[in-house]
Amino acid sequence: MTYSKRYSDRGFDDLRPIEAKAGVIPNADGSAFFKIGNTTAYAAVYGPRDLHPKFKQDPGKGILRCNYNMMPFSGMGERVRPGPSRRSREISMVTEKALMPVLDLQEFPNAVVDVFIELPQTDAGSRCAGICAASIALADAGIPMKDLVTAVSVGKVDDKIVVDLDYAEEAHEGGPVADIPVAMVPSTGMISLLQMDGEVTKDDLMKALEKARAAILKIYEIQKKALKDKYYVDMVNQNEQ
Amino acid sequence: MSKVLVKDKEVVVPGEELAIGLDYLPGFGTYRIGDSIRASRLGLANLDGRAIKIIPLSGRYLPKKNDVILGKVIDVTLNGWRLDINSAYTAMLMVKEGTSDFVTKGADLTQYYSLGDYLVCKITNVTTQKLVDVTMRGPGLKKLRNGRIIKCNPHKVPRIIGKQGSMVSMIKNATKCWIIVGQNGLIWLQGSPKDEVVAVQTIAMIEKEAHLQGLTEKVKSHLEGIYGKLQELKGESNDIQ
Repeated sequence: MTYSKRYSDRGFDDLRPIEAKAGVIPNADGSAFFKIGNTTAYAAVYGPRDLHPKFKQDPGKGILRCNYNMMPFSGMGERVRPGPSRRSREISMVTEKALMPVLDLQEFPNAVVDVFIELPQTDAGSRCAGICAASIALADAGIPMKDLVTAVSVGKVDDKIVVDLDYAEEAHEGGPVADIPVAMVPSTGMISLLQMDGEVTKDDLMKALEKARAAILKIYEIQKKALKDKYYVDMVNQNEQ
Repeated sequence: MSKVLVKDKEVVVPGEELAIGLDYLPGFGTYRIGDSIRASRLGLANLDGRAIKIIPLSGRYLPKKNDVILGKVIDVTLNGWRLDINSAYTAMLMVKEGTSDFVTKGADLTQYYSLGDYLVCKITNVTTQKLVDVTMRGPGLKKLRNGRIIKCNPHKVPRIIGKQGSMVSMIKNATKCWIIVGQNGLIWLQGSPKDEVVAVQTIAMIEKEAHLQGLTEKVKSHLEGIYGKLQELKGESNDIQ
């Protein structure tokens, strides 16, 4: 059996429709909204600010603290039990590690930059959406960073290599499924997150990563536009007056 | 072949390529990677001869020596006062710098400044570990009584003050409010309730449109729309900047 047509009627290399916006939460120092298909992520950045408990402080540089949270009603099936879980702790940690390579927190010794990622609605690829939102929010918060971080999930459904899996594909039962979330620093092409669920051959993995690279460049443009639009809208009004 | 890829005063995002070639020099908020100069934070690109730097649009206040700031007393210790300065770090005001009176050992320091008081003070020193020392000795440095405190983005403060204090003097002149703008983004103002509201609104407007050109004219017409023709300002104002 082959996987000849995607459940969502997309091409095998196509992404789901993406929306991104910066500065959606006025009380945060920086914030962003990122929606890919039915997966929606909000990220809020607070800080650099005072870090407590004090033993966690690093006198050499500031630290990054991420918090990933799926809302109880966000899932595709069962209610997600609120509060931290083994899964959300893991994703918080990998998000932190995916973002850390671009951040420069030398200027903020003993301080912390807090990133809260909330997902009101999920349809697979939530950690990728979270990372995309978080990097827009960090830039919006004025944190020095070398580049944005962009993430997408690629994988293999049955015999086809696909980009940006949705939940129906992750749960495909006609054959083996591999789900590979990838985060990259687009300007250098360096990978900052690479996980996998399922099984895949080395050749297929390399092919999937090539496709991820192409998809990431598309998402990167959307992220950049979201940041610029925050200031651009004002300029249009200005010209009208 | 060297060339600049962005226009002056254009909004740039982290990772964006600003210039190619070794003829240009990376300034604040930029870094060189290979042949190209890239942005390392969100802001406006500023081309100054061969140097390219970024004027940040967002981010929290980082204490800098000689800045005049507003601080709130959050703790009274044996040898001074600890101030919240709207930053990731707190400032220390020593007894000797806080008052010219002779203070006996163990005296009650709250008779000078008590918890919750707002002070105008000047940063005398910032260490690498961001320990901040402030002083109250200097012209215009005092405890604030009455009035109200508002917060704004510290990166917009230069715009609120204007060239040689032109913008803030215009607001003071029109609204007849007392205004003190701290470099840390805290603003104190006092006047009749109606005028205070106008001043707060005007400052919010400047903050929102700080990255646009021709702001002074716009603010002037806004104030003239409320108060009628403004008198031309003559001479220098004694603003704290």
